Amino acid sequence: MRIKRIQPDVAKGEEQKKEDLTQVAAIINKYKGKKGNIIPLLQGTQNLFGYIPREAFIMISEEAGIPLNELYGVATFYAQFRLKPVGKHIVKVCHGTACHVQNATAVSVALEEALGVNDGETTPDGLFTLESVACLGCCSLAPVMMIGNDTFGKLTGKSAVNIIKEIKMKEKN
Amino acid sequence: MKQTQVLVGLASCGIAAGAQKVYNKMSGLKEADKLPFELKRTGCIGMCYREPLVEVIDSTGSFLYGEIDENKAVEIIEKHVKQGEPVKEYLILSDLFKTSDNEYVDGQIKVALRNCGVIDPESIEEYQARGGYKAIAKLVKDNVSQEDVIQTIIDSGLRGRGGGGFSTGMKWKFAYSSKSESKYIICNADEGDPGAFMDRSVLEGDPHAVLEGMTIAAYAIGATEGVIYCRAEYPLAIKRLNIAIDQAREKGYLGKNIHGKSGFNFDMYIKEGAGAFVCGEETALMASVEGKRGMPRKRPPFPAVSGLWKKPTNINNVETFANVPYIILNGAGSFNCYGTEKSKGTKVFALTGKIARGGLVEVPMGMTIRDVIFKLGGGIQGNKKFKAVQLGGPSGGCIPEYLADTPIDYDSVTATGAIMGSGGMVVMDETTCMVDLARFFLDFTQKESCGKCTFCRIGTKRMLEILTRICEGEGKQGDIELLEELAYHIKNTSLCGLGQTAPNPVLTTIKYFRNEYEAHINNRKCPAAKCTKLLTYTIIPEKCTGCMVCAKNCSVNAITGERKQPHVIDQSKCIKCGVCYNKCKFEAISLT
Repeated sequence: MRIKRIQPDVAKGEEQKKEDLTQVAAIINKYKGKKGNIIPLLQGTQNLFGYIPREAFIMISEEAGIPLNELYGVATFYAQFRLKPVGKHIVKVCHGTACHVQNATAVSVALEEALGVNDGETTPDGLFTLESVACLGCCSLAPVMMIGNDTFGKLTGKSAVNIIKEIKMKEKN
Repeated sequence: MKQTQVLVGLASCGIAAGAQKVYNKMSGLKEADKLPFELKRTGCIGMCYREPLVEVIDSTGSFLYGEIDENKAVEIIEKHVKQGEPVKEYLILSDLFKTSDNEYVDGQIKVALRNCGVIDPESIEEYQARGGYKAIAKLVKDNVSQEDVIQTIIDSGLRGRGGGGFSTGMKWKFAYSSKSESKYIICNADEGDPGAFMDRSVLEGDPHAVLEGMTIAAYAIGATEGVIYCRAEYPLAIKRLNIAIDQAREKGYLGKNIHGKSGFNFDMYIKEGAGAFVCGEETALMASVEGKRGMPRKRPPFPAVSGLWKKPTNINNVETFANVPYIILNGAGSFNCYGTEKSKGTKVFALTGKIARGGLVEVPMGMTIRDVIFKLGGGIQGNKKFKAVQLGGPSGGCIPEYLADTPIDYDSVTATGAIMGSGGMVVMDETTCMVDLARFFLDFTQKESCGKCTFCRIGTKRMLEILTRICEGEGKQGDIELLEELAYHIKNTSLCGLGQTAPNPVLTTIKYFRNEYEAHINNRKCPAAKCTKLLTYTIIPEKCTGCMVCAKNCSVNAITGERKQPHVIDQSKCIKCGVCYNKCKFEAISLT
């Protein structure tokens, strides 16, 4: 269940935090002038920050010579790209067919309640971002969620919340 | 005596179930005691319902253990590896005696999955030991003509395994006939169908088979460059593909003058998809490779004439390519001996949902749906009643129980209103609401529509609104007819496969489960007790302990009762949010 991740305008008074863009230059050098480079440029930038900062768009556009509207068009087309900062841990709850049939909704509802955020939002402490995604490809373990590179299967609302609690405990120590 | 081998299934789902921990534990034990056995990683063994899986191969035969954790791993090393005593409690498959899991394996014929779960996917030597890269080497050595290669593929009857079902050989022929200095081969590994994971398993378990298949295609059509378009959601598949590509380059199987044939140049790279279902459509996929928004375009010109960067391009799916080396090496007859008249060979299916034994199965075309679900899959979980099976993902349809004897081949499945698709088979029991399921798929396609065609963009949205209304108990007379009318127009006015097939889940559920739609609309009831807004919540006095949790959590104060006394729900106040049902620890809330 893809969600709208795009907030076209930065709300008034809410300045995006300044990111250090020096590493973006290396990515631009790597892909500059190559055909079909828009997606790798954006993917590389997102790998650095977890999202694509506004200034990075402008920098890529100016230095790689790609119109800003083209960059923005591609970034908003694909589900992968984010235009807002994300939490330290991204919790991806699978809503593929197999997971839906095995009640993935209960997992999402329990996590929303435990984290106090809605789908697509980040907790105020910046630890977790909750996302619904289409299939993660682990259908035989449905319902499934992925945190970082770890996949957890055969979940219930309760067990999913326990996993979150464990991560929270680790973060505190 | 040959050394004992221990194989651990380390595909994504095995790792999710804890296989990496098992592997590390065994590796630690091996190191600590300098044990003389060979510990290997392998890909998907296919029996996902028993993950994590460990196979021990000793001088007496092969022993497969299921549901292994770290403690059980220690036991297996101690007893089986050290003392040669198999641990019978955990055994699920063995050469020595039959188990119930044998039913899962009998009847399967592995062609595309021939090496999955057998070899170490990160070792080119193991792939070669199983006949790998022999097919392409043979073509080069015997200087087989391009026409003959294509003719072999046509004769084998191989059809596109990604969903289209178009003859692979014919596709190659078109690309071969286009004259151009540079041509492209693309492997479509953008497996977007929710509920399908066979491509991921092939890439994680046997990446070299895909590379060899692509190289053979390049030989046949005269391509010089290849692209594997793989979902970014499959990090392990990408990692193993990269390893495989490097190994193949090192051996001279990719690059310039492949296998010593001067002028046979072919290399490839991986392109990570960025998360768009529509990019499984070939023209959208090519737009995405070119770095643009992945929107389909009109055909003709077909990719075989003008594809990637306007050059002739041949696109096939992962499973299709994995079949190719087998066909070339063993001849067309080794493949077309399986299957039906028009659908040859075998097909991999991902069995998921409410099935007892879920996993990856490869069966000859023409096996009935019932045999796959009941013989291989062991029927439905928890002895519930089998209701329907969804084939082909969001583009496919639901096939009801009474059509379960339909043989699985391209034409028979299409006749039911579903499609073969990439092979996702989601099994549903009596607790699945078909209207809710149709709404789920529409929700998916509506979000994934690229927005180019008006009816696909807006029509799917309207259909979703109607279905949501029906699920929430606000369905109106005429809604079913309106859905059918919209479906008709969306199918007829959409450019690509996404729009043309998006209404299929709705049309098939209306066709086979019209009574469920009518129950929702006319009686405001959900027969499967799934749509929360249509349920009546009551407390079963015998089960209620009076813990007051439900009353505390009820946002409209509809629940009353004394502590330690059975509670009651005031139906006039209840807003049917379902919180009490989810909160009750004693299953004291009944849904009707």
